[in-house]
Amino acid sequence: MALLRRPLLLLLLIVTHQFLQFRIAFGSVNEEGQKQEEFYEELLLKPLPDRKLLTHFHFQSSAPPSTSNGRHHHLFPKAISQLVLKFQVKEMELSFTQGRWNYESWGGFDPIPSSNAKPPGVELWAVFDAPQHLIDALWKNLTHTLSGLFCASINFLESSTAYSAPEWSFPPASGKLRYGTLPREAVCTENLTPWLKLLPCRDKAGISMLLDRPSIYRGFYHSQRLHLTSTGSGSEGMDPGIILEQTLTVVLQPDSQRASLAHASEKHIQPSWSLSSIFGKQISGRCVLAETSSVYFLLDKGLVAELEHIHKENEKSEENVLISEKFWNNPSFELSAKPDRIFIEESSLLSKNASVLYKFEIEKYGESEPFDLGLFWKTPVVWLCQQAPLHANRFLMGSGNERGAIAISLKSTQSSEGFMGSNSNDERCELRVDVFQVVPWYVKVYFHSLQVFVDQQPKAVSDIIEKIHVSPSKDKVSPGVMELVLTLPCSVSSAVLTIEFDKGFLHIDEYPPDANQGFDIPSAIVSFPNFHARMVFLENDSLNKSPLLSKFQEKSPVMSYTEVLLVPLTTPDFSMPYNVITITCTVFALYFGSLLNALRRRVAEEERFLKDKAAKKMDRIPLLLSKLSAKLRGRHLEGPQAPPASSSFINSKSVLKVILIAGLAVYWQYYFS
Amino acid sequence: MEKVKKKIGSFSFWNWVIASIIFRLILIYFPKNLNLSSRPEVSTPLTSFRRLAEGYWLKQSSMSSYAGSMYHGSPLLLSLLGPLTVKRIEGQPNHLLYSLVSVIADVVSAMLIRATGQNLRLAYLRSLESLDLVKQIDVSEFLCSGDIAALIYLCNPFTIVACVGLSTSPIENMAVILCLYGACSRLIPLAAFGWVIATHLSLYPAILIIPVIFLLGCGPDSPPRKLFLQRHQQKEVLNQSKLPPGFSWRPIIHFAFWAFLWSVYVLVLCGISLKQFGGLWEMFKSTYGFILTVEDLSPNIGVLWYFFAEVFEFFRNFFLIVFHVNILFMILPLAIRLRHRPCYLAFVYVAICSMLKSYPSVGDSALYLGLLGWFVNELADMQFSLFLFCGYVGVSLLSPVMHNLWIWRGTGNANFYFTTAMVYACLQIVLVVEGVSAMLNHDRKLRILITGKPQDAKS
Repeated sequence: MALLRRPLLLLLLIVTHQFLQFRIAFGSVNEEGQKQEEFYEELLLKPLPDRKLLTHFHFQSSAPPSTSNGRHHHLFPKAISQLVLKFQVKEMELSFTQGRWNYESWGGFDPIPSSNAKPPGVELWAVFDAPQHLIDALWKNLTHTLSGLFCASINFLESSTAYSAPEWSFPPASGKLRYGTLPREAVCTENLTPWLKLLPCRDKAGISMLLDRPSIYRGFYHSQRLHLTSTGSGSEGMDPGIILEQTLTVVLQPDSQRASLAHASEKHIQPSWSLSSIFGKQISGRCVLAETSSVYFLLDKGLVAELEHIHKENEKSEENVLISEKFWNNPSFELSAKPDRIFIEESSLLSKNASVLYKFEIEKYGESEPFDLGLFWKTPVVWLCQQAPLHANRFLMGSGNERGAIAISLKSTQSSEGFMGSNSNDERCELRVDVFQVVPWYVKVYFHSLQVFVDQQPKAVSDIIEKIHVSPSKDKVSPGVMELVLTLPCSVSSAVLTIEFDKGFLHIDEYPPDANQGFDIPSAIVSFPNFHARMVFLENDSLNKSPLLSKFQEKSPVMSYTEVLLVPLTTPDFSMPYNVITITCTVFALYFGSLLNALRRRVAEEERFLKDKAAKKMDRIPLLLSKLSAKLRGRHLEGPQAPPASSSFINSKSVLKVILIAGLAVYWQYYFS
Repeated sequence: MEKVKKKIGSFSFWNWVIASIIFRLILIYFPKNLNLSSRPEVSTPLTSFRRLAEGYWLKQSSMSSYAGSMYHGSPLLLSLLGPLTVKRIEGQPNHLLYSLVSVIADVVSAMLIRATGQNLRLAYLRSLESLDLVKQIDVSEFLCSGDIAALIYLCNPFTIVACVGLSTSPIENMAVILCLYGACSRLIPLAAFGWVIATHLSLYPAILIIPVIFLLGCGPDSPPRKLFLQRHQQKEVLNQSKLPPGFSWRPIIHFAFWAFLWSVYVLVLCGISLKQFGGLWEMFKSTYGFILTVEDLSPNIGVLWYFFAEVFEFFRNFFLIVFHVNILFMILPLAIRLRHRPCYLAFVYVAICSMLKSYPSVGDSALYLGLLGWFVNELADMQFSLFLFCGYVGVSLLSPVMHNLWIWRGTGNANFYFTTAMVYACLQIVLVVEGVSAMLNHDRKLRILITGKPQDAKS
């Protein structure tokens, strides 16, 4: 027993010793007054008008600038910090998305959709902190690294036909930006697992415990995003500080079974849900490594207005029942847990209504008492989410496989009238819209055919388009990029941009295995630089601690992505290469042979003449030949394979040929061996 | 009597010319130009009107017109024709001015063909006279080949389609015809200009330098020089004045000088217009380089697009060399055999190029079919002429049908369209081969008439 105990003790000693050292090191950093690595985990829940629920997971890890060569981190994922160091990434965003954000019913003006609604498939952009000539090489290496890190085919973004360098229409405008999308990339758990590995608690504790794969992937929209910014340290030898923001946005349909049981008569009532009914799990305690761990429940502006309206009708009491004492059990809905804090949006001048945010701290809950937020609707509510000023759609025009046209249509949304109202006093009220469109090279766009229709009336391009930047596609080298700034009158109800294209024809090797499915044109990005998606909440004192809320406060332009277009391209017959090669070569041989034959053909008389001539010449030719053969024979007699020379002239001629060839062969053999 | 006949002939000639112009104008006024400008038969990547407009747009927005792979033509064409692509007159069809330029180019080409044809006919009659064959061959039955060639060129549906379809091939054809006309009428600067411009626009006419040298060195088409010598040996009087002139180097040196001058001029102009974007190298890369490497695989009436869409990547360079060398290999044998008939040699070269070039269009076929009209008298007993005519009609009807089935309806596949392209190539091969052997037979016939050995008439 004693023998056994001694090594155990030793082990214990070593472990504790190392731990002590670790603590000491940690403490010294603290004493220097430097910031530590921090991790925050947050979850936002928001009911959507079409009986769905938005769940938005937000994890943020940050590593402060440090002098310790950045080799070791406590919380921050090492893979990411190495990637930032190696590829000199200043800012990067990678998103994996399945499904399409429904801008019409899920809104397009809040901070959530404008930074988390992403195009289907993979989208990657990165800003590099490197000289211009190195950026393409860095991008290529970065794509391969990310491809390995996230088990996705991001490495296809390496080829120069797949990425582009937008100049100013993509928000972090800078010359060192590279942007690429893979619209057809399928997103599944093999991409989520490496993403979760970057979290300090993975999905073993804290909010990320909720991430039950079947329920996430059953959702209508699923977007997993990774955004990192490195703050340049300034001084030499310091590693940059990195902020890594990981978000997962899922739109789910809560099971409406319970609701329909309870209120069988009411069809319009919103489905009631709880965390356990959506995810099949509860939050049993926070991730101990996290600074804060909180769940938010957001009531939209429109929803708050609607609820207040209902309340006033029913009770005629004082307003703001939502923030009064018994808000969690008001006539419209009932929350299963008591929120710790309530935030009200700083209402802007235009609208009286403000969103309401309930905050639940996870710290109070533990294994014995898991956190499970539930919402139970009592009365039916109908509301609308806040829309972007214009709703962007994109579609293809034309039929057949020869040519077509892309149309981007911008339709004014009803709710945008409010924004317009403020500006309508001005004489020239203008709405600025940036459009960024990348087209692959096999869609050969004719930029001169760009047409603009405002309210169904054709307009001169120069009237509407304030600024245009085009880099035309080069076959098999680079995609076509079009960046536009449109200035539309505020009273516009619809605007359509059309541009014609020819469909390219590819080499058979360039077609993907399912060539008849068609090719994707990546989403266009429509952004409104004059409008900012921003939510500022009152009671600022606690906001510094919540990265999610401070994210909401950032001024970011309203952005929306259009649909991905599927362009069918003509296919050649894939089984034909040999036939085509042989048939074409036959035709060429036919041409060559028959023309040459026609040229050298002689009629009988000419032939006779030539024969006479040849007969005259014969006297000289054998003389020459015999001389030559004698010479050659003399030289090649040593050769072991040289056959004995025959006496007759005809034989000597053929023998000569044989010797010549054999000699050549021997020479060849020696020369190359 | 003959005068009256001639008058009627010329009168009906002008009638036909006017009729063909009016027909073109009617087609131009047709709504949307019958969409001819986007037909693969008419507009290849090199001659397409839309690409020209795109190149002009890029140029106007201060970018290189060769940015992207849209435009592959000459920068001079862009400066001359580019403004016409955007100019619109109210109430008139969109590209009226551009179409009018094409019509004028066609008419000018036809007039030049006519003048050259008359020139050739005179030369032919003169040589018959000097061979004393005027009695044996009925000269009065000789057709006026210049008029016929001009009318074939003007009324050929291919020419009309190329003209109305707003392609640039009428201009390219005009340059080729200008070159031949200048060489035939010994206007050396004009010939050099035509040759330089034609080469600059579409590269392949470069090989026309050989017929032009023969034309300038020995004069227009005539029976082989040997025949004259034989004839004079028979008569035992050597009349130098009746002999065709020998090869003289003076005009060729002149031609070389002028060609050099014009090409420097053209290159300087191109260089000026491309000064700020990559210069001449970029032009060569995206015009001649594009022609020689067959980068664009969109279907056309040639055979190379499908071949290079299907061929394995590692054989691509080999086959590129093979196909281009196929044109070059035939230059020498043809030049040796047909050196006494430089105009016919030019016709054969043009036909071969339009068959084997990387992006052929019907405009190229229109050119050689027009030139074929010059030799109606010599090629009177060509074989398979009805078969060829029916073949051309059949292919030009079937090819759009197959294209429609493949591209628009999706019921056919690429092989359908490729088959018509194959048949078309075969027809052109038959035309060239039969044309060449008919011309050689014609020369044989003349010799037989002189030497009087009817038993060898057939080979």
